[in-house]
Amino acid sequence: MQMSGAQILVQALKDEDVQIMFGYPGGVLLDFYNALFGSGLRHVMTRHEQAAAHAADGYARATGRVGVCMATSGPGATNLVTGITTAYMDSIPMVALTGQVASYMIGGDAFQEADIIGITRPVTKHSYLVRKTEDIPQIIREAFYIASTGRPGPVVVDLPKDILSGKGKYLRPEKVEIRGYRPSVNGHKGQIKRVLSELRKCKKPVIYAGGGIIISGATRELVLFAERNKIPVTTTLLGLGGFPGDHPLFMGMLGMHGTYQANMAIHSSDLLLAIGARFDDRVTGNVSKFAPEAKVVHIDIDPSAISKNVAVHLPVVGDIREILSNLNAQQEDEEPVWNEIRESWLERVAYWGQEKPLDYDRTSSSIKPQHVIERLSELCPDDTIITTEVGQNQMWTAQFFRFRHPRTLLSSGGLGTMGYGFPAAMGAQFAFPDRLVVDIAGDGSIQMNIQELATVAQHNLPVKILILNNCFLGMVRQWQELFYEARYSSTCLASNPNFVKIAEAYGVKGILIDRKEDVDAGLVEMMKHKGPVVVNCLVDREEGVFPMVPAGAATNEMIFGSRKKQEKKLRAVK
Amino acid sequence: MRHTISVTVENKSGVLARVAGLFSGRGFNIESLSVGETLDPTISRMTIVTRGDDRIIEQVIKQLRKLIDVIKVSDLTGTSFVERELILIKVKARESGRAEILRINDIFRGKIVDVSPATFTFLVTGDQDKTEAFIRLVRPFGILEIVRTGKVAIAREV
Repeated sequence: MQMSGAQILVQALKDEDVQIMFGYPGGVLLDFYNALFGSGLRHVMTRHEQAAAHAADGYARATGRVGVCMATSGPGATNLVTGITTAYMDSIPMVALTGQVASYMIGGDAFQEADIIGITRPVTKHSYLVRKTEDIPQIIREAFYIASTGRPGPVVVDLPKDILSGKGKYLRPEKVEIRGYRPSVNGHKGQIKRVLSELRKCKKPVIYAGGGIIISGATRELVLFAERNKIPVTTTLLGLGGFPGDHPLFMGMLGMHGTYQANMAIHSSDLLLAIGARFDDRVTGNVSKFAPEAKVVHIDIDPSAISKNVAVHLPVVGDIREILSNLNAQQEDEEPVWNEIRESWLERVAYWGQEKPLDYDRTSSSIKPQHVIERLSELCPDDTIITTEVGQNQMWTAQFFRFRHPRTLLSSGGLGTMGYGFPAAMGAQFAFPDRLVVDIAGDGSIQMNIQELATVAQHNLPVKILILNNCFLGMVRQWQELFYEARYSSTCLASNPNFVKIAEAYGVKGILIDRKEDVDAGLVEMMKHKGPVVVNCLVDREEGVFPMVPAGAATNEMIFGSRKKQEKKLRAVK
Repeated sequence: MRHTISVTVENKSGVLARVAGLFSGRGFNIESLSVGETLDPTISRMTIVTRGDDRIIEQVIKQLRKLIDVIKVSDLTGTSFVERELILIKVKARESGRAEILRINDIFRGKIVDVSPATFTFLVTGDQDKTEAFIRLVRPFGILEIVRTGKVAIAREV
């Protein structure tokens, strides 16, 4: 049967089991949106294409499925770029569909023409410019396969107008075979044996787990592995939830704003097991001083992640869950090594935890942002999904919210995209309409995609936005305070709008929290409300995120508070 | 150290841009790059000459392998292989120097592909040492223009 390219595309997306897509129409997509109308394929129109990409990303992170977004040619497509890059940096499976001017007009600087394949080449796992209508089924099949396998990532499919309006037959390809793409799954057996032998020799092992744990769904295997060998665990920002936050072996996040315990343990360890992590500079601090005494074992699906930033002694390339279950299976018959040295290591790690736990001034009469997050963590259901924006709000969330399950924290780690959290929360909420989804936002970040209040209002989508409002771009302000003599250049947001009124103007409930004693009641009111809510929580304006590893310092050179006291310490570090 | 890397890729448009973009985006350097179709018309071969320490070369190879359109990557350096480059070189040739230049060309088994009253254009092929040596020897006469193909290389059968 002859179908239009647009109808073929709709059918191909349905056959990939796409439950929902996020997009924004435009001139060259008229055929597609016409075919979509009444097709049964669910489409949510956002109010900005960037939000469509982040919503698809949030959907993907919350579910593990491929997120799908769409935008028209030219400015629509370029507005997706930040969202695509965000997904690329954090290895999120996404298919981004872009309209393109008609094939015969490409290169002629036509109206709303942009070379989106060229623009996104460095920030996609792969991309396709469709040249024939009948290629659509094969390309869509490949795009989903590439996006979701190996180390996942975004794939762009650029669809010229004449390809969508042209006629062809739809036949779903039975299977996908790409000769240049065969991700390895099972780790090398010899390497796995060597990991076991390192485990028997080590005295001070530490597990440093990243987002790969969550992507491969290896939480159970990791817990078993860590428990059996009694190894303390720290995770990256993207790894939070990949290991239970209330587990006795858990040390919290490591790195620039990581816990004293995790950073000291890494610094002193003699065997560092890096699992699904990539030694990002926010984790390592000064690379040459990172885990200086440790032998490094690196388990990751991406061979190019091995020895990219830090020299690895023992790489194992493959799917983390496969490799961890293989390690666990091989250990089944042997009693893991346990001796006094290992026991005293665990004691030392525990001591670091008690010596300098994460803390803030609990006696202050102003609302401390950490307090708000701690209370939310206490009061909200176990399966709550938290998204964050970027900056202080993100780091306080990482420090003070107790993440117990994988896929409960959605945050832009690699790219650090302000404006990510709200649309990502929408994506997660569409996937899980009955769960509580809260975007922990800053007053700066929320204004980068605040137009999406129209989308949540339209769908009565019960996303909660909790703005920790300090009327500053807080993280930049903190750096200015610490390193630039408190010259607050372009970071003061005293002209913020009234967020409660903004919410109400969109038909969304707004709550103001401006007294410490109202925090609990305000949070409960937010959670109980059936629809979307914006909470404007006025927090201590100059609170900082601590501990902090200053840029260029080693992870054991942390500072614990701001102002004068710290300036002295900083000078000593330098 | 200089490495010669042989890469087979899908013979499709956009592939060269992906490879070149990878090098520029990650700060790797390309000394030369040549591309041509292989026996299988759906596959092209790129010969890339690049420089870097072991860590960089390892990254170059791994990042190339990560591209979906890249089928196979082999680092020929350190293995047994044959390499050739072709250069076209236009040299000033006035009365006094003409005989001398021709003698040099003979030694290098170059071909004269164009003659004018004041210039010779030579075609010289060889490995990098040979082409570089030829350029060095004719430089004193005055080189007007050089066009080089970049290196192509093929592994030896053992």
